[in-house]
Amino acid sequence: MTKKRGDTSVKKIRIFFHSIEEAFKSVFRNASLSIASISCIAITLILVAVSVILSYNVNSFTSDIEKDVTIVAFLDKEVTQEQIDEIKTKIANLDNIATIEFESKQQLIDEMKEENADLENILNQYTEETNPLQDTYLVKVENIETIGKTAEEIENIEGVSIVKYGEGMVEDLVNVFDVVKNITYIVVIGLVLVTAFLISNTIKITIQTRKRQIEIMRLVGASNSFIKIPFFFEGLLLGALGSIIPIVACCYGYMYLYERFNGQLFTPIIKLVNPDLIIFNIIIFVITIGVVVGALGSYRAVRRYLKI
Amino acid sequence: MNLIELKNVYKQYSNGVTALCDVSLEIAKGEFVFVIGKTASGKSSLIKLLYRQEKPSKGGVFVGGINVAKLKNRKVYKLRRKLGIVFQDYKLLPNLTVYENVAFALEIYGLRSDEVRRKVMKALEKVGLKEKFKSYPDQLSGGEQQRVSIARAIVNEPKILICDEPTGNLDPKTSLEIMEIINKINEEGTTVIMATHDKEIVNKYRKRVITIEKGILVNDKEKGGYFSEKD
Repeated sequence: MTKKRGDTSVKKIRIFFHSIEEAFKSVFRNASLSIASISCIAITLILVAVSVILSYNVNSFTSDIEKDVTIVAFLDKEVTQEQIDEIKTKIANLDNIATIEFESKQQLIDEMKEENADLENILNQYTEETNPLQDTYLVKVENIETIGKTAEEIENIEGVSIVKYGEGMVEDLVNVFDVVKNITYIVVIGLVLVTAFLISNTIKITIQTRKRQIEIMRLVGASNSFIKIPFFFEGLLLGALGSIIPIVACCYGYMYLYERFNGQLFTPIIKLVNPDLIIFNIIIFVITIGVVVGALGSYRAVRRYLKI
Repeated sequence: MNLIELKNVYKQYSNGVTALCDVSLEIAKGEFVFVIGKTASGKSSLIKLLYRQEKPSKGGVFVGGINVAKLKNRKVYKLRRKLGIVFQDYKLLPNLTVYENVAFALEIYGLRSDEVRRKVMKALEKVGLKEKFKSYPDQLSGGEQQRVSIARAIVNEPKILICDEPTGNLDPKTSLEIMEIINKINEEGTTVIMATHDKEIVNKYRKRVITIEKGILVNDKEKGGYFSEKD
């Protein structure tokens, strides 16, 4: 009994390896159709990879901009050092605070002098006591969508006179960025679906030509899973082979562009995402889509021929 | 015990054509049975029921202890593993060699490769094609291709060999050669059911003959001949 069970599992293992072997053989045996499938997979995956790279960059650009948005809290003129420290603690205790930076009115005046030589002469007339500027706290928030609420809370703190953060413009920016991000997600998802459809259709055509083989397999007593598994591996293999070109082309292409443009697109404001940070993710993403869609597409396509 | 049993079998296709009407028959182990009838008489439908290419509309079909009428699609392989099937059009894969075409039927069992080799060569020897195991189907004559398909059908030593007009595409001399091989397989103990048009073969071998006409079993005769009802 045990021996019989052992024999069965040895046979199952043999059948499993046989399936993989068949998948490889079949890719070579049906070379022209395999090349057609691989090309189709490659072309659609290039589109997917490009859109993923774009979406990474759009995301990084928008979050860079969002990170730069600062709340400036002007303090009352006659605040004492003690009050200044107290205000900082109060701000720090609020929700949604990322960083707090103090800038004294003297620092401000020095900065202005540095920036503009003409102003320097005028500003030199002021002493520390007569300085018309106010001490400020520069506050960056964690979530830009609730910046308005945070600004209001800061304004309510005693000793804070005015709060500015680019009201109106920031909200518009957030809305526009949300739309842009959503569009990139939709494009990526749409492309993945189109890829899935194209790949499974190509594989369907490949399988159609092997209807006879499937029919004969059924007639000689092959179980459905015995027939399906090699096709599953074959699809997987085609998907993997089809993702090589997109990966190589997009990764090297992007690295080249990054180098060529010194990591920015036209202006320093639009920074490109460092390829080192995203290439691994893109490789995994593209291979996964190729392999999963290839394997499932092929598995599904063969099913319709198993009804006889 | 009967290896094959049909009980009041009806077969109606979805287009309304009735192919078989109240057919009952029994075939014992080791028998050789010719199924004859004109084109569209229903004999092909009868053969197809035996290997579950078609399901009966009504009635029971039992093959090797399996109730074919109730067999689920995904369990069909269990029936087919008990059978060897030979077709008029050989159904060989053109991109596989003779050896691979025969070994194809053994792959499903997960046998060791030396076992596969032994069985395939034995089957090819039986049909007299041992020398041509490396050839491709298109390098063979029709008769040789049919022999490959017979080798594939018997490689797993099935209890039942079903032949659907195996000599339909062959000249009389080659047909007799093929018939000789099938007859030999039967003599070694395999039950054979063979649908045919070939008058000469049926009359020469004098086996049990079942005649189907317009879906009705009109004659079942031991050592019968073609249209033996008129004898």
